Amino acid sequence: MGEPGNEARAGFEPLADWLTQTPPSELHRRQRSAETAFRNLGITFSVYGDDEAAERIIPFDIIPRIFTGGEWARLSEGLEQRVRAINAFIGDVYGSRHILNDGVVPADIVLANNQYSTVMAGFEPPHGIYAHICGIDLVRTGPDSFFVLEDNARTPSGVSYMLENREAMLRLCPELFELLPVRPVDTYPDLLRSTLFSVTPYSHDDPMGVLLTPGHFNSAFYEHSFLADNMGIELVEGSDLEVDDDIVWMRTTTGRRRVDVIYRRIDDAYLDPLMFDPTSLLGVPGLMAAYLKGNVTLVNAPGTGIADDKAIYSYMPEIVRYYSGEEPKLPNVETYRCREPDALGYVLDHLPELVVKLVDGSGGYGMLVGPTAPKKEIERFRAALKAQPHRYIAQPTLALSTVPTLVAGDVAPRHVDFRPFVLSGADGISIVPGGLTRVALRRGSLVVNSSQGGGTKDSFILADRSETTPPPLFGRSPSPPSGGEE
Amino acid sequence: MMLSRTALNLYWIGRYMERAEFTARLLEATIRLSALTRAADPSADQSIWQSALAVVGETEAFEATQQSCTPVAVNRFLALADANPNSIRSCVRGARDNARAVRNAITREAWEAINRAWMGLNMLATPRASQATMNFLETLTADTRGFEGALARMLRSEAYWFIRLGSVIERGDNTARLLDVKYFLLLPHGQQVGGPLDRDQWTTILQTVSARNAYRLLYRDMLKPWLIADLLILRKEMPRSLAACASETVTLLNDLASNSGRQGEADRLARRRLTQFDTNDIERIFQSGLHEFLRRFIAENVALDQAIAQQFRFG
Repeated sequence: MGEPGNEARAGFEPLADWLTQTPPSELHRRQRSAETAFRNLGITFSVYGDDEAAERIIPFDIIPRIFTGGEWARLSEGLEQRVRAINAFIGDVYGSRHILNDGVVPADIVLANNQYSTVMAGFEPPHGIYAHICGIDLVRTGPDSFFVLEDNARTPSGVSYMLENREAMLRLCPELFELLPVRPVDTYPDLLRSTLFSVTPYSHDDPMGVLLTPGHFNSAFYEHSFLADNMGIELVEGSDLEVDDDIVWMRTTTGRRRVDVIYRRIDDAYLDPLMFDPTSLLGVPGLMAAYLKGNVTLVNAPGTGIADDKAIYSYMPEIVRYYSGEEPKLPNVETYRCREPDALGYVLDHLPELVVKLVDGSGGYGMLVGPTAPKKEIERFRAALKAQPHRYIAQPTLALSTVPTLVAGDVAPRHVDFRPFVLSGADGISIVPGGLTRVALRRGSLVVNSSQGGGTKDSFILADRSETTPPPLFGRSPSPPSGGEE
Repeated sequence: MMLSRTALNLYWIGRYMERAEFTARLLEATIRLSALTRAADPSADQSIWQSALAVVGETEAFEATQQSCTPVAVNRFLALADANPNSIRSCVRGARDNARAVRNAITREAWEAINRAWMGLNMLATPRASQATMNFLETLTADTRGFEGALARMLRSEAYWFIRLGSVIERGDNTARLLDVKYFLLLPHGQQVGGPLDRDQWTTILQTVSARNAYRLLYRDMLKPWLIADLLILRKEMPRSLAACASETVTLLNDLASNSGRQGEADRLARRRLTQFDTNDIERIFQSGLHEFLRRFIAENVALDQAIAQQFRFG
C-alpha cells in the first residue's frame, strides 16, 4: 500500500472503500473497545522498573495490513526454504561442520561466537530439528520486494498478538471479513501442539508436554499462559519440575508425572543452573543432563542462537544456497561485511548513506545511522572501522513501506514490519497464514518496538478467489429426491 | 491431575476473594454502626472501630502504624492500605496475582471478574469519606458476586474445588472471628431485651455475614442474641454458618478424593469437625463456653488448612 491519495492496489479496493465509508470517530471507538478488552483480559506486558504502570497494553491499530494470496505464496516458499536451511545449518555446526570445513562460513565466527553452545556439540535432538519455532522479521521496500531483517530462532514471541488481534477484528469489524476472503489463523495452537508432540524423545500413549515460563512477572507471561491454555498443556515454572535420575518430573497434587517435551520460554542461560548460570532460580537443576541423555525434548533446542546472530545473518544467502542448492527466495537486506577488504572499502566511501552495526550489538547500541549522523560521529566510526573492521557490518538505509494507520482523528501512513511464525516438526514445516505486524505509530519513525511507541495490527492474508468456496445459496441442502441416491 | 503450585494458587484465589468480600462487608456494617452511634455516644465510636480491627485480627498491625484509632484511619487501613497485607486492596491484588499465575485453570469470566475488581481498586486514591467508601464497597461486593457467578459456571473439576475449598476455609475462619470478637454480646442474660446499642450491634453482626433476611425467614422473631448465635454457628441452611462451612469442606474434599482416588489427614479432620456440629445444640455450646467453642473452631480450621497443604503437596 502506498501513500494516501494513491490508488489502492489491486485486490485492496474493499479495504479502501471500507476506510472511506467508516468515519474515523467510529474507528477510534472500535479501537478503544479493543484496547479495553485487551486490558480486561490482561493482555499486558510488564515494564521493568516502572512501578506505577507495571502492566501496559500494546497499542492496537484497527486497520489491518493486507497480503494477497500470491504475495503470501511467494513469502511462505521463501520462509520454508530459509527455515530448512537454518535447521540444517545448526545441525551441521553442532555435528560434522561441513559448511565450516568447506569454507562457506568462516569457522571462527561460528566456533568463537558466544551463541555457540559447546554442550550441544555432538548431540542430535529428535528428528534433527533444533529451531522448531522461528519468527522471521520481514520488511518491504516495494511491490514485490520483501527482505529478511532478522531471524529469530531462540524463543520468538508475539504470536498471541496475531491470535488476539484477529479475535478483536472478528468481533469489532465483522463486515471486513465479508468484504475480504481472509484466511484463518486460529489453527496455530493445534499446529504448535502437533509440532511439540511430534518430537517427543520416544513414543508412548500419553505423552506429557509442558510450557516452561519464567513466571507471571515475565513480560511475555500472558503469551505463555495463552499458548499453554490453547494447546491444553500445563504451564509450569522451574520449581514445578524436578530431575531425578536424568528424568524430568512435574509435581502434581497426586504425586509426580513424567515430562516428555518442554516448550521452554526461558533463555538458554537460565535453563539449568548446573550447566549454565549457577545463580539462576528460573530453571531446573539437571535439566540439561536429562536432555542430553535423550529423556526429554527441549523446544527450541539450546544453542539455536548461533543461527540468528548478526554476523551469521550476513551469511544466510550462502547458507541457504549451501543446504538447498537453490537461490534464496527471500533476500537479506544487502549487508557489507567489513572484515572483507572490498566491502570495507565501499563502506568507508559511502558512510553517510549507510547503517553500520556492531556484529554483537543489539537494541540500537553501537550503531551508526549515516543519513542522520553528525559528521563527527561518522568520522568516529570511520576510525573504528579501520581499527577493527571484523567487528562491523553495514547496510543501506531502506525505504520501508507504509500502510494506512489510525492516528489522532485521521488515517495516515506509518512504517511496519511483519513477523510470520514458522513451525518445524517431524512431519515437516507448517506456517499459519498470518503473523505479527508491528507498526511505528510516530510519524516518520522506523522503530516498531513496543518499548518505543510501537503498536500492532492484524495481518490479513487473503485467499485467492479461486480458493474460496462460494457461499451456499440455501441455508441447508434440499431434501433428497424420493428414491434417493447412493 | 494438577500441578501442586496451580492448586495452591487456586486455593488462595478462593481465600483472598472471600477475605476481601468479608472485609468489605465488615467495613460497610461498621460504617453503619458508627453512623448510628456517633451522635448518641461519641465514646462508643472508637470501640466500634477497634472491634472491627479485632475481627480481622489486625489490632497489632494497626497499632504498629502509630495512627490513632479514628474512623478515617481504620477505614483506610482496612480498605486500601498497601502496608496492610489483608486490606481489601491487598487481598484483591493477591487474588489477581494468583489468578494471573493460573490463567489457564480458570475461565475467562472468572479472570475478568477478578481483574475488574482489581482495576477498580487500583484507580482509587486515599483517603476517602464514608459516602465514597460506601460506593466503592458496593462496587467491590458487586464484583465479588460477579466472581462467584463466574465460578458457579465453571466446570466441576479440581480447579473449581480448590477455589471453593479456599473460600470455605476462609469463610469459616471469618465467621468464627466475627462471633468471637462479639461473643459477649451474644450471651443470653436471662430474657432481657437489649438496649438500642445492643440491637445495632446484633444487626451489624448479621449484616457482616449478609444474614439479616435469613434471620427473619428462619426465626420470624425479633433479634435475640442466642438465635443469632444459633444461626451463625449451627444452621446449615445459612451458607456462612460454621456448620455450613464444616459441611461444605467435607463435600469438597470428597469431590477431590473422587477425582484422585485417595483421601488423607485433611479428610479425617474435616469429617471429625463436622460430627461435632451434627451432635450439638446452642444451649450446650453456651454451657460449655461460647468463647472456648469459637477458639477451638479457629484452631481446628488452621489445622485443617495445614493438612490440606500437606495432602495436596502445596509446599
